[in-house]
Amino acid sequence: MYTCSDLKKGLKILIDGEPHVIAQFDFTKPGKGQALYKCKLRNMLTGALFDRTYRSGESFEPANLVERDMQYLYQDDNGYVFMDQKTYDQTTIAEEVLGDDRYFLIDNMEVKVLMFGERGIGVTLPNFVNLRVTQSDPWVKGDTAAGNNKPATVESGYTLQVPSFVEEGTLIQIDTRTGEYVTRVKE
Amino acid sequence: MDFSVALARKQQTLMQRARILQAIRAFFITDDFLEVETPQRLPGNAPEMHIDAEPSGPWFLQTSPELCMKRLLAAGCPRLFQISRCWRQGERGRRHLPEFTLLEWYRGGADYHALMEDCRKLLSHLVPGGRLQWQGREIDLSSEWQRLTVDEAFRRYAGCSCLEALEQDRFDQLLVEKVEPCLGLETPTLLCDYPLPLGALARRKPDDPRWAERFELYVAGIELANGFSELCDPVEQVRRFAAEEEARRQAGKPPYPVPTRFLRELGRLESAAGIALGIDRLVMLLTDKEDIAEVVAFPPEDL
Repeated sequence: MYTCSDLKKGLKILIDGEPHVIAQFDFTKPGKGQALYKCKLRNMLTGALFDRTYRSGESFEPANLVERDMQYLYQDDNGYVFMDQKTYDQTTIAEEVLGDDRYFLIDNMEVKVLMFGERGIGVTLPNFVNLRVTQSDPWVKGDTAAGNNKPATVESGYTLQVPSFVEEGTLIQIDTRTGEYVTRVKE
Repeated sequence: MDFSVALARKQQTLMQRARILQAIRAFFITDDFLEVETPQRLPGNAPEMHIDAEPSGPWFLQTSPELCMKRLLAAGCPRLFQISRCWRQGERGRRHLPEFTLLEWYRGGADYHALMEDCRKLLSHLVPGGRLQWQGREIDLSSEWQRLTVDEAFRRYAGCSCLEALEQDRFDQLLVEKVEPCLGLETPTLLCDYPLPLGALARRKPDDPRWAERFELYVAGIELANGFSELCDPVEQVRRFAAEEEARRQAGKPPYPVPTRFLRELGRLESAAGIALGIDRLVMLLTDKEDIAEVVAFPPEDL
């Protein structure tokens, strides 16, 4: 069990049986009053954010989460399906739980899946992925708009800003941590 | 970031901090206050339910210099001030350091109104232009300061009386979440007259014994100083210390020895008022810094 003095940003605790991560944390205390622990919590199953203030004396159950090496297989009606290559166990993660990470999944990609019991609740992606541009307006000569960037959509449906010289059909590298364009990839 | 770079960036703030400390000393010395130094390691602190001292061998580091300063006051020094380090266990947040710098001053023969006036003069002395810029907000120090009783503030911002909040054990949470963020936003706010159980060393209001003559100074939602008319009745003080000590015992906290010498000498004091002001928070306000770690060279994480 954790006590209030263990609370800090990034700590994962169970609330009403669901894993939550502390997204923001501050200790506060009126000069002569009791210590208060202000947390912004994120429900790791739904992504919902909310504030809660705890007082000393409260205790918390750790959310025991483990990471498993898995391979991304395919998308179906329920979400995105991953498989443990040693045990062949499969888990499906819903689209809203994956968030933007879903745009960077490529068939057969090896990822780390964050598991809450038997349930996958998130992935750790490789830092860089290569995706092909499927739609981007051609650069118009004389268009000197800020930074010479333009929007482009890649094969997964993700839209980002790319330099004006990137054309439809180009393979580009994207940083999965920021979602930003890195470079063109030579084929 | 490379740590030495972070420290170099603080240099400007640390220079401002040094100047602020010099200006505070000049203010009190000009007003005939005696600067004193009292021991920082004590057999025990004044027992308070929610303040935990750091043990130092069989003794404790001070949580505030109040007991020794009041003994000097009782011995006949009429005006005293001290800038000293204090330690409080487990207090670390955006506005809290477990080791921090406290300014305390005492006036014999005065009550808490004199301290409120001192606060006003001290801040005008430190901010000659009378306008304080902090995190995009401008606080006017030169017009009349807002004065609210704790009960008025609770009724206005927390939607209940402060005695109801106290009864329901929600006083501190409502204070922090609802009341404090509204205080000291245009001018500083003097939050006055705490419920008696929240003023362990403060005198009762003569005309209404439910309240203690205690006040807190807030600037930009930040609690900056806590002062009161001193309780000078040793019998009443013994009773209140015993109540705090009993609450500490029930919460499983370490006991503090009864400060017998303080209690004996307190009887010589007829009337006095004393106040503690957080120097680190004051420097935050005067240097427009958002986090207390920015105004000290080394927060505990960097040691």
